[in-house]
Amino acid sequence: MNDRFDCIIVGAGPSGITAAYKLASSGLNVVVFERGGYPGAKNMFGGILYSTVLGRLIPEFWNVAPVERHVTKRRYSILSEDSEVSIGLKFNAFDTPPYNNSFTVLRARFDRWFAKKAEEAGALVITETVVDDLIMEDGRVRGVRVGREGGEVYGDVVICAEGANSLLSEKAGLKRKPEPAEMVLGVKEVISLPRGVIEDRFCLEGGQGAALEFFGEATGGVTGSGFIYTNNDTLSVGIGCPVSVLKDKRLKPNELIEGFKSHPCVKDFLRGGTIEEFSAHMIPEGGYNALPKLTTDGLILVGDCAGLVNPSLYREGSNMAMASGLLAAETVLDARDKPAFTKASLSGYMEKLEKSFVLKDLKRYRDVPHILHSTPALFKEYPDAVLTLLEGHFTVSEESKGDIHEDIKRAFKSKVSIWKFLIDAYRARRLWT
Amino acid sequence: MVEDYLKPLEEKTLAEKLFLLKFEVDKESHLIVNAELCRECEERACLDTCPSGVYSWEEDKKEVTISYEGCLECGTCRIACGEGAIEWRNPRGGFGVSYRFG
Repeated sequence: MNDRFDCIIVGAGPSGITAAYKLASSGLNVVVFERGGYPGAKNMFGGILYSTVLGRLIPEFWNVAPVERHVTKRRYSILSEDSEVSIGLKFNAFDTPPYNNSFTVLRARFDRWFAKKAEEAGALVITETVVDDLIMEDGRVRGVRVGREGGEVYGDVVICAEGANSLLSEKAGLKRKPEPAEMVLGVKEVISLPRGVIEDRFCLEGGQGAALEFFGEATGGVTGSGFIYTNNDTLSVGIGCPVSVLKDKRLKPNELIEGFKSHPCVKDFLRGGTIEEFSAHMIPEGGYNALPKLTTDGLILVGDCAGLVNPSLYREGSNMAMASGLLAAETVLDARDKPAFTKASLSGYMEKLEKSFVLKDLKRYRDVPHILHSTPALFKEYPDAVLTLLEGHFTVSEESKGDIHEDIKRAFKSKVSIWKFLIDAYRARRLWT
Repeated sequence: MVEDYLKPLEEKTLAEKLFLLKFEVDKESHLIVNAELCRECEERACLDTCPSGVYSWEEDKKEVTISYEGCLECGTCRIACGEGAIEWRNPRGGFGVSYRFG
């Protein structure tokens, strides 16, 4: 193996491969190290890829990439122990290219395909190889040490796309170990059902897909959420919950997902299914306030290790990962003619991120993690109170409507303080606006 | 048959779910705990927060045992541990879990 490269990339996920694709396409000599047996082997996400960046890199990728379904329907539900209120959305405009840039995806398939594209563009992708350390010389990153014989590999610049477990980024001193409140654990099951059953059950046709999000009792009334996304012939079903909440309340992730799947308003979506896979992965959801330093001499962080996830209801991670990978690659290309990839010459990366949706959105939603953690009532007291109110309103009886409304107002007020509810609802608008 | 898809979703225990996965098990654990810190630790967050139940407390030996073979490499234990008692490394290249769907 050539032991000197223009650029070394750690990790063959969406951010690393995007950077590799762009740099290799521009003629640079690029190597990607991936610790899994194949790209995607270690990767999992909820299931929806926003594809604006991918669409720019590979136009009409949906004709060739292993994407599952394009999302035409969305549904947001609030659950109490045995009831549900939901809002369902369907937009036929999302049924034509570019399909609203939203596709359900299974990562073991998608990442492998995407890495193949980078290889075709000229990148060298080496699997089964862990990067154990960065090589530091004269106070700057010069390369990486891999867990293989003769494992010192030198490059002009290193792009670290190591993912949520940011061991190298921490070693490089760019970030501290994340706090439990800054990380969400996602646990997912892939459940198979025949294509026709999925399309019938979710009222879909052709390649259309549905994304269902559940709050409140979805996670037993603690901060977090549940989801069901439709793939071709499987469902991605899971929950996400901050590590701090799991820890403080002593919750077992497997019991949380079991509770979600057996909820009376969830279980019927899953009938007759076969569990194909169980998986777990962390998501950095500390947002803007938890961002690490993103560059140092000879090193750029992209994707999850850089903390580039929008923690609001928009739930954008993989697209931000790809955007950061692309901007990192552009920064490297800009700096190519300068003598060295110093912190100063790489500072363009931060400027590019600031101008893009990535940091604009992270800034806009910077208070979301705090709102979620400081308002646990959003996940228990408020869903319960709202559903009690609605149940009363829709209960058929011979009591006069005036009396019913007095009753349900009283029941609502006995559960929550109206003023606190209104203030919290106002604060929580930032979760999705 | 329509009836086949009206039955409840099949039930699986955590052990049965882990059995579905492909693990390439290394000879040595990629997870190491500091036995002394764990003994003193009051919360032992690792025991509950690990999604695949890698950690268990052996009362008679007064130590945390690690079934690293079933580790999903999510890293939650390292974040949850308030003592910094877990030395978390990636499994060596080619070892550990491989997802087919992901």
